[in-house]
Amino acid sequence: MRSYSAPVWQMALKLGLIGGAVAALLALIGMVEVFNQRAIIGGVISMGQTFLGLAVLLSAYAAARRAGTQTRSTALLAGAVAGAAVGLVIGGLALLMAAWPDLRTILINASPTLLALLTFGQAAPVALAIWIVAGGLLGAATGALLLLTPAVRSAILAALGAVVLVGVLADLLRLITSAWGVIGQALRWMFAGRGLSVAGALVVAAVVVLIGVLRQRGLPKLQPAAGRRSPRQTLLSLAISLAILALLPPVLGTYMSEVLDQVGLYVLMGLGLNIVVGFAGLLDLGYVGFYAIGAYMMGLLTSPELGFFNLSWWAALPIVLAVTILSGVVLGIPVLKVRGDYLAIITLGFGEMIRYLALSNALDPYTGGPQGVQLIAKPTIGSFVFDDVTKLYYLLLAGCLLTGFIAIRLRDSRLGRAWMAMREDEDVAQAIGINLVSTKLLAFATGAAFAGLSGAIFAAKIGAAYPQSFHLLVSINVLALIIVGGMGSIPGVIVGALALVGLPELLREFAEFRLLVYGVVLVVMMLYRPEGLLPSEAARREMHEDENVTEESALAQPAEPAIQLERTAT
Amino acid sequence: MAILELNDVHTYYGHIHALRGISLRVELGEIVTLIGGNGAGKSTTLNTISGLLRPRQGDIRLYSEDLRLLKPHEVVAKGVVQVPEGRRVFGRLTVTENLEMGAFTRQRGEVAAHMERVYALFPRLKERRRQLAGTLSGGEQQMLAMGRALMAQPKVLLLDEPSMGLAPVLVDSIFDTIRQLHGAGTTILLVEQNARMALQVADRGYVIQTGEVILHDTAANLRENESVQKAYLGVS
Repeated sequence: MRSYSAPVWQMALKLGLIGGAVAALLALIGMVEVFNQRAIIGGVISMGQTFLGLAVLLSAYAAARRAGTQTRSTALLAGAVAGAAVGLVIGGLALLMAAWPDLRTILINASPTLLALLTFGQAAPVALAIWIVAGGLLGAATGALLLLTPAVRSAILAALGAVVLVGVLADLLRLITSAWGVIGQALRWMFAGRGLSVAGALVVAAVVVLIGVLRQRGLPKLQPAAGRRSPRQTLLSLAISLAILALLPPVLGTYMSEVLDQVGLYVLMGLGLNIVVGFAGLLDLGYVGFYAIGAYMMGLLTSPELGFFNLSWWAALPIVLAVTILSGVVLGIPVLKVRGDYLAIITLGFGEMIRYLALSNALDPYTGGPQGVQLIAKPTIGSFVFDDVTKLYYLLLAGCLLTGFIAIRLRDSRLGRAWMAMREDEDVAQAIGINLVSTKLLAFATGAAFAGLSGAIFAAKIGAAYPQSFHLLVSINVLALIIVGGMGSIPGVIVGALALVGLPELLREFAEFRLLVYGVVLVVMMLYRPEGLLPSEAARREMHEDENVTEESALAQPAEPAIQLERTAT
Repeated sequence: MAILELNDVHTYYGHIHALRGISLRVELGEIVTLIGGNGAGKSTTLNTISGLLRPRQGDIRLYSEDLRLLKPHEVVAKGVVQVPEGRRVFGRLTVTENLEMGAFTRQRGEVAAHMERVYALFPRLKERRRQLAGTLSGGEQQMLAMGRALMAQPKVLLLDEPSMGLAPVLVDSIFDTIRQLHGAGTTILLVEQNARMALQVADRGYVIQTGEVILHDTAANLRENESVQKAYLGVS
């Protein structure tokens, strides 16, 4: 083993330096400073500090894992070296900033606040020493994690993760629970002025560990029996989830309802684009165009400001949907013969075209030009008006359930099969008797209808339609949430929307880093989980082909001699 | 009687006159092969029959019904099913799912029985029915492509270069299968570069050169024909 120790050192050092460089980069673009404004445990640790700590943790973990656990000391040492290297880079950055204040003229985020944060208010050389020692210790502790039994390790990691997650959202949670009356009062002690209180953090950790322990013990009654659930159980769980979904707005309050509305709009669009891209394999980058058409049509038909029709929201809805379906077909016809990259570029152009049309002077009387359309009607049922985010939530929920149901039925239908065949191979699809023209147009039309519905609800929600709401970025967002959730997977759309639309809404103050985080998330996803968070069956099988094959060929192997016997017999 | 009949068919790629008046017929239960060099127009003939290309002139009849103006999926629904060149299977679907896809134009109730028949013909596929088609070997993929076409219950099966890119031993087994299909009464129009093998399984053959039929006869006679031997069978 001795002869391997030199490469282990080098490897740990390299990983630590990389981790440190990434942390330093994030600090220099201002991320650490901004994140520092959010406390995780009030007065103890902030999100910015967690971020730097995470750099140590991840580098040390990677180093210790690569070093292997044959001997205890290698894992510990690799972790310590990597951690100390991270500390060296961050401490070095502090030293550099302290020695050369002019750095700020080049890197504007190298602010005194950041310096104070990185040096713990000490002199820079002292801070460097603290960073190296602390990094080394934290790294060694991370290495030690690997030596623990998996159960203990996962309990510790889960507890830490939960504390960080709850801590990040603590301010929001306090806001939500404060509306709960007695329960809210009872939970006050969990929160500090900002972030969790120390007691709160301990309780969160304890609860997570307890749940972990209970899981380990089995708890056979809580686990549904292996195999298929009976229809009654399925119905029951469906009813329970519905009840929970229906109770969300009053429990979570206005702010969270607003976030959920946003998620709902994207789920609607995601379900639609999932049909076009995920089922039928037609890469559409101009999907926002249909969303815009839905919103503007609703404006045209209901807004007294334009003064054309003054219909009610519900009366206008069928017309809006018919127009978006038609626009789907109109986009579909010219691109019937176009595939792949070319299709993406043409649809991209379509989306931009719609936005420019909305902005243009020519259509000003119908779209309001740059000022947009105001006074768009709100949906009503009897005397009930969907006029705020908590009420609109129910409309969106109903819309999502309906479109989700339609999407599932379509996926399992003959048309769904045709879409799948077309996605896999257009030529063969044609050779087995699929009408490519109608199959493609139906995909575009269905996708457009879902986006149209989303646009119509969006218009009702803000009571207006402005050109800048229908930017290319919306198309990209919808596509990204499908990819993150899992191409072609319906539950994936919901998870993707929660992750890419809901989460960033909760972390509003980091909006300026949103696209950066987006990019990193997409890159990491494509490298480590290309099939998405909740992949469809086909994607999951393809991405894990190797496992699939070994299992199948193991099954097929014994059959081999049987065939040869057959051959010789005939 | 002739199931499939082409009469003076002319097909163009833009300005290029690819088929210059092809006439041929396929009788019920027969294997007819089209042989010829690269670019002679063999695949173009198949693609014209299956509706992927539209002839500018001439007619194509299935039991005296005109196929000429039908779209590809309508031709399949009429019972003329092509196995495309180059083993095109749905790689991300399992063998069974591929076969189900082949029955796209059929009624749901018929599928199970047809699938059993295909599995009886290709026991190899049955063993691998849950495996992803993309992980099959080349020969197995060709079997799957043929099996998928059979699921549509074709009146005429159009085979485009089934032996392309396969090892000699697999070529033999593919031609064995074609013989078996013939024995079961399937009508086949076979396009092959491998003229030697094609003429061994076929009843009759057409020799195509630069978009025209230059010779047609029984397969046995073509095998003995001196110019065919020279040009396509490598006998000098």
